[in-house]
Amino acid sequence: MRRKEHFDAVVVGAGPAGSTAALVMARAGLRVALLERGEYPGAKNVSGAVLYGTSFLERLLPGFRLSAPVERYITRRSIGFMSESALFSLDYKSSSADVPPNYGFTVLRPQFDRWLAQRAVEAGALLVPKTVVDGLIREKGAVKGVRSRREKGELYADVVVAADGVNSFLAREAGLRGEFSLQEMTLGIKEVIALDRQLLEERFQINGNEGVAYEFLGSVTGNVCGGGFLYTNRESLSIGIIFQLSSLLRERARPYELLDGLKNHPSILPLIRGGSVKEYSAHMIPEGGWKMFPKLYAPGLLVAGDAAGMVLAAGCYLQGINYAMVAGEAAARTVIAAAKDRDFSALSLARYETFLREQKLIQDFQRFQKAPEFFLNQRIQNVYPAMICRLAEQVFHAAGGPKEKIRDLAAAGMREAGVSWFQLLKDLIEGGRSIGW
Amino acid sequence: MVSIQEKLNLLIFRVDENTHISIDKSKCAVCRERPCLFFCPAGLFTLSGEEVLHSYEGCLECGTCYLACEQKAVSWQYPRGGYGVLYRQS
Repeated sequence: MRRKEHFDAVVVGAGPAGSTAALVMARAGLRVALLERGEYPGAKNVSGAVLYGTSFLERLLPGFRLSAPVERYITRRSIGFMSESALFSLDYKSSSADVPPNYGFTVLRPQFDRWLAQRAVEAGALLVPKTVVDGLIREKGAVKGVRSRREKGELYADVVVAADGVNSFLAREAGLRGEFSLQEMTLGIKEVIALDRQLLEERFQINGNEGVAYEFLGSVTGNVCGGGFLYTNRESLSIGIIFQLSSLLRERARPYELLDGLKNHPSILPLIRGGSVKEYSAHMIPEGGWKMFPKLYAPGLLVAGDAAGMVLAAGCYLQGINYAMVAGEAAARTVIAAAKDRDFSALSLARYETFLREQKLIQDFQRFQKAPEFFLNQRIQNVYPAMICRLAEQVFHAAGGPKEKIRDLAAAGMREAGVSWFQLLKDLIEGGRSIGW
Repeated sequence: MVSIQEKLNLLIFRVDENTHISIDKSKCAVCRERPCLFFCPAGLFTLSGEEVLHSYEGCLECGTCYLACEQKAVSWQYPRGGYGVLYRQS
């Protein structure tokens, strides 16, 4: 029986995973529908955002720099430990970082996602915006299409790629994942603050298209487990906070009040002064890593990007858009190979894992599988940053009088914070195991 | 300090006539903690006397409410296609 609306593949969600998948499949000559619930791709998307996938993008779209809406190339990265009055920063700057392949670049998602989806359209994918998918069409245990919330909204396909974002109702409906735990989910909120370009470059000591990625731990989130960030765009700053949901609930904190606290921190206020807030946004982030990966495929179905929990939150690595694109490409290759064999069974779609391994995605998440649990911990995110600031204050605040050795100052700080040497040693070893060795 | 309403006023919302968030008030009535009054990044859950009220027009579509409500009182789905918040530079 020939159905009217039959595609080789239906991709749900025109984010980095979905648009990459649609682009690669369309290039291979498949008939692809790319569904997006927003008015345009990117209308519902929020990230910090630094994109760390320049070599992948260069391979996918050679010369992408000429047309992609790149804000600034990250040439300076800082990690700041905060107390209510102080900031202790580790600062790295390299003049070679703006030479390809760069460390990464900042993007504004509504613009970047729109641009990437447009590349898929150019390759021949059919973009259908303003279309929410409410469920899967299944026959004899295999996914055969999707039900969109439109009149006669059924769309049939050999394969559905669920790139429907962090909340992925499709992965849940297919039984690929269970309920989320509040420990592994974080809420990110942010503001984009417009700032005069010259002023911005002077303040952050950058030139031309250079940019800064600044991340904060400590009092920025009060007692809530989480961290803050400040990224430079061409003519604006992205400033925000990420909260572990379980801890946000426990502390009964209002997210936007904590963000105002960060903006008013004595070390941050001078950086954003004179800017005007342009947009406020919120988004959930799956930070559980490998342990929260769902099953990645079922007969007729593949899951990619945030929908599959592909966000690496491992201290110095905070990446997701790149993995989403890698997964989108791997999903596309899987469908292309399956279409050649006309076999869309789970066995055939299991190639997806092989392709993900080829790109080292699965290995990355396995390697850092202990990191989310280690970093989503109050001692790491709140207690130690405050101790570091306190220690620095004691060393630098030289008002005269007797001086103590660092060990004694540290011991006093630890007593105040209620942390034992044993606990500190244990955390150092666990931290080391999670990202060090 | 700007109020949350001022933050929401910066955004464009295509407001549907139908809500995409509904709450089971019988569950809210027995809920003691009521964390929804705090966690929503748009501050959409408010208290009127003893009753929890909510609105959907300023929803940022993160999904925190349906996940974090311990009573499972919140039903949340995506707004109709093309409706809801319209981010331009996030």
